[in-house]
Amino acid sequence: MSSPRRHGAWSRGLAPYLLSLPAGLWLLLLFVVPLLIMLSITLKTCSPASGACVMTWQWGELPHVVNQYRGQFVTSLIFAFVATLIDLVISFPIAYWIAFYGGRRKNFFLIMLLVPFFVSFIIRTLVWEFILSDNGVVLTFLRGNHLVPSSFHVLGTGLAVVAGLAYNYLPFTALPLYVALERIDRRVLNAANDLYATRRVTFMRVILPLAIPGIFAAFLLTFIPAFGDYVNQEILGGTSNTMIGTVIQNLFLIDSDYAGGASLSAVLLVISLLGIWLYARLLGSRTIEEYL
Amino acid sequence: MSTDVSAVDVTAPVSGGESRRPRHWGRFLLPTYSWLVIAYLVFPIAVMVIYSFNRVTSGLQLVSFTWNGFTWQWYRQWSNIPGLTSAFWLSLRLAIVSTVIATALGTLLAIALVRYRGKRFRGKAGFEQVLFLNIAAPEIVMGASLLGLFVTFNVARGFFTLVLAHVMFSIAYVTVTVRARLSGFDVALEEASYDLGANPLATFRLVTLPLIMPGVIAGALMAFALSIDDFVTSNFVSGSSVPFPVWVYGASRVGTPPQVFVFGTVIFTVGIFFALMSLLVSRKKT
Repeated sequence: MSSPRRHGAWSRGLAPYLLSLPAGLWLLLLFVVPLLIMLSITLKTCSPASGACVMTWQWGELPHVVNQYRGQFVTSLIFAFVATLIDLVISFPIAYWIAFYGGRRKNFFLIMLLVPFFVSFIIRTLVWEFILSDNGVVLTFLRGNHLVPSSFHVLGTGLAVVAGLAYNYLPFTALPLYVALERIDRRVLNAANDLYATRRVTFMRVILPLAIPGIFAAFLLTFIPAFGDYVNQEILGGTSNTMIGTVIQNLFLIDSDYAGGASLSAVLLVISLLGIWLYARLLGSRTIEEYL
Repeated sequence: MSTDVSAVDVTAPVSGGESRRPRHWGRFLLPTYSWLVIAYLVFPIAVMVIYSFNRVTSGLQLVSFTWNGFTWQWYRQWSNIPGLTSAFWLSLRLAIVSTVIATALGTLLAIALVRYRGKRFRGKAGFEQVLFLNIAAPEIVMGASLLGLFVTFNVARGFFTLVLAHVMFSIAYVTVTVRARLSGFDVALEEASYDLGANPLATFRLVTLPLIMPGVIAGALMAFALSIDDFVTSNFVSGSSVPFPVWVYGASRVGTPPQVFVFGTVIFTVGIFFALMSLLVSRKKT
């Protein structure tokens, strides 16, 4: 690299460490250490009466807490999974269209995909609460045309939560899909055409296989935040269909049960990491980061 | 994409017959569908903007979804709710402070990661993994573990802990964004600067920084957007200083004042204006 003669070899050698030190310290003290503290709490045993925790090197709380909130874990998995699938189905065609037919207006359409992010997450969800309410636009319309019985509710059901999750996380799905499709070498498509492949065959046997890593990345980048989400459930789902995020938040902020909350967070983290690990194993060296 | 299939051998009639229909996909069905998706994405935003102009007839000044007629009242009285206004200013200050810090730290880290590898930068792989984990981890896990840290070490929660948290979750995004623009950087330009007698600081200020500026600005915008909209982490570490999203969430459990939609509309308008402006500017340049 650049001339080591001018500056001492000593300072040159230190340069990468000096450059990365401030960010590294910040991330170490406020991200890595807290995660380790949280994981260590799962190894402690806490007395339910006093709340005091002692390190016993046993997974004391873990099986108990996981068992207790198994239902909420399952609900979260189902809601997040369904919402992610909906997002994949909705956003694949539009990502495909922008990538292949967007032309000079590509960036404009990308901004349109990101348009929900220009409104605060909480406000977006509140507006959906109003839209889906019993007197809201959607239900009034459906009832007026006798498409649903008059006793039909959306708010307070799992349907509303899935709808909210699907809306709020759609850009997380659409952008990685766009990146994956945009990256496909057009010459490969021309080659398929030259070899008499029909459009359908080209799509099924060339485009789709090449987009698979992107589809998986989009799945994970949507599923992981949706899985831990509790805002949609609290605003749209009412008191039913509690998701695991709500439980964690309540344990920490209302019950001050740090051991229980930490154990659930640890499980949530492990499930997310498992997905990422599977991704790396199945799809080789390509990292999800490329799709951010 | 659209090679003329009619020029192809007549022994492939299937391919010739198929070629007409998919064109409709590109010309008609796909665009219609895509505009419908965009309409779906814009729909709640339109509802927010429209209802920020809705008159309120009941005694309580809360958003209601019966249309009572047009009014500018909530825009005139935008600052009438003390909690909301101060929460907004707090969020703005928080976003500015944490963006400045996160952009500086994240840019330096990105330079280190792009420039040095192998034996010259041991621990690079570890850094990459921490960055990735930071982006991929569910936000509630980060918020909860931070709360655990502050409780363990008895740190009073407030503006200070909010800044600590917001910089923490912004650094990785800044680094990833800056690194993406940095990868095509020509090191020979810096060598030229050294050969002309500039010291490392002058080289950084006069050569490196101007070249990577677009990436730094993109990273800073990312950090700002993340900070001003953050609810989950802030809810854990805010204590008594309440940022805008946390205030709105708390208020909404009782009833949403129309001013919330005014703030939402103004923030949206400013944001989309800058986004479209940057689009126009970049189009003119190319």
